[in-house]
Amino acid sequence: MGASISLDFITHKFSASAEPTLKDIENRIEPGELVALIGRSGCGKSTLLHMMAGLLIPSDGCVRINSHLVTKPSAKWNMMFQKASLYPWMNVKENAALGLLFDGMPKAEAGERVDALLDMVGLHDKKDVNVQSLSGGQQQRVALARSLATEPEVLLLDEPFSALDAFTRTQLQEEVPNICRERGITMVIVTHDIDEAIAMADRVLIMSQNPGRIVGELVVDLPWPRRHMDSGFQTMRDELMQQFKGTDTGLAGRNAADPDQSEISQSAA
Amino acid sequence: MNTSNTQTMTVTSVMPNMSQVFGWLKSLQYPAMGITGLLLLWWFGGFMIENDPDLSAFAAFAPAPTFSALVDLIASGEVWQPIGSSLYRILSGLVWGIAIGVPVGVTVGYFGLALKVANVPFQFLRMISPLAWMPIAVLAFQSWDSAIIFLIVMATVWPIIFSTAHGVRRIDPNWFKVARNLGASGFQMLRRIILPAIMTDVMAGIRLAVGVAWVVLVPAEYLGVTSGLGYAINDARDTLSYDSLAAVVIVIGVIGYGLDTICSVLIKRFNWHME
Ligand SMILES: Nc1ncnc2c1ncn2[C@@H]1O[C@H](COP(=O)(O)OP(=O)(O)OP(=O)(O)O)[C@@H](O)[C@H]1O
Ligand SMILES: [Mg+2]
Repeated sequence: MGASISLDFITHKFSASAEPTLKDIENRIEPGELVALIGRSGCGKSTLLHMMAGLLIPSDGCVRINSHLVTKPSAKWNMMFQKASLYPWMNVKENAALGLLFDGMPKAEAGERVDALLDMVGLHDKKDVNVQSLSGGQQQRVALARSLATEPEVLLLDEPFSALDAFTRTQLQEEVPNICRERGITMVIVTHDIDEAIAMADRVLIMSQNPGRIVGELVVDLPWPRRHMDSGFQTMRDELMQQFKGTDTGLAGRNAADPDQSEISQSAA
Repeated sequence: MNTSNTQTMTVTSVMPNMSQVFGWLKSLQYPAMGITGLLLLWWFGGFMIENDPDLSAFAAFAPAPTFSALVDLIASGEVWQPIGSSLYRILSGLVWGIAIGVPVGVTVGYFGLALKVANVPFQFLRMISPLAWMPIAVLAFQSWDSAIIFLIVMATVWPIIFSTAHGVRRIDPNWFKVARNLGASGFQMLRRIILPAIMTDVMAGIRLAVGVAWVVLVPAEYLGVTSGLGYAINDARDTLSYDSLAAVVIVIGVIGYGLDTICSVLIKRFNWHME
């Protein structure tokens, strides 16, 4: 089952003298909720996601998953990256089963467990091949199976589809939220793509730059599966675009510290 | 390089058909030309020595006496004992070299600071001929055998350390991140990620090490010991049997070549890069 994530007043500086990269981030993500995080390049989206995964500890504040303080990575809150980063000395099945192996499960049992997952992500005929012979999309599917194998409560996605062709991307944008909804997994996806945010999330968080803050949010109450052609989709898309422009602080980070902004945009939503 | 490739191919292919055999023969034509050239040079050298009154005592170095001495050595079974001793020494030295070199290499490669600290001393020590350690080795070890194995270790650790450390530094940082993310412990990271990732580099280091060690072994066996191929050369010189001296040289070359071929087969075996 999914877990709640609470971001408690996170402020982060990469070095003591630097300006904070993230400032006063506060939010609560409900169990099973699908959340998209959008913002300009370099605003700190990946940094925030790494914190949720326990790969980075904020210099101030904390992340709690089910009220459990996140201090280190765990297979229960799992992150998928832009690159699949599969291990070329293992075949598809071994790659997918790796998290289970780390958890101490015997190899044979782990193999059986990932069998069904690989079927589900559409790799039933590729289980024993060398991962280097897979296409980018297929590799990302293996990474997805690898993340799901450990039955995570939280799935964190850092622009996982941005290197894929449009067709595969659209497919995965539909499949991943389906899987998460089926299994009640809480999902957070970082993206540059407004369409992707609308297609995959129940709620979109908008981040500003310099310092990175959450300055707006939009609840997407569209029915599943999301269709890009639906008028509701288009309306949401325009609304999000509007809000994003309204909160955008541009490159120089002017008005960045204006605390009213988030209220304005929230009431607009 | 080419010949070792073809040898692997023939070893791994079961039931070669006619075209395969043909291709194999064809790929042997250049190495065959090289070997023929070498034999011609050797024969010519032997011919010159024989016709020079000052050198004619060394005429047994020529191909014909050498090969007949080689046949005798093999037929009488005399070759096996020195080969056994030399192989034993090189393998013991190699085992120690790997046991020391791989952990040190992983540490040095994994921790940037360790690399900075160790780089200069390691480069310095690496440049010292292993044979220069001989006096110290003789003092430090009870038997000549252990002293020689120590020298082999001194010859093998450096290539293994450097190659291993290089391999660790080349590991994709994302591989660490993904493994940590999947909950890998330190030991699991080493066993499942680091070691398989660097295996090719470690094997390449071992191959270099074997080459250096084999070259160092023969002069090391000139000293003290009464077994091994180096001793066999020395012994043949003392008894003026230059034909068996040259035969031992051939044995040394063939075994060295064989060791290198085994290493290159192992490198291919452990290489996970796809062509
Ligand atoms: N390890 C680090 N050390 C110092 N600064 C860092 C480090 N990692 C990230 N930063 C800085 O923090 C800021 C946010 O980086 P982050 O990678 O989180 O951005 P992002 O929103 O994910 O950008 P993108 O959309 O391009 O991926 C950037 O200005 C970046 O230069
Ligand atoms: Mg990023």
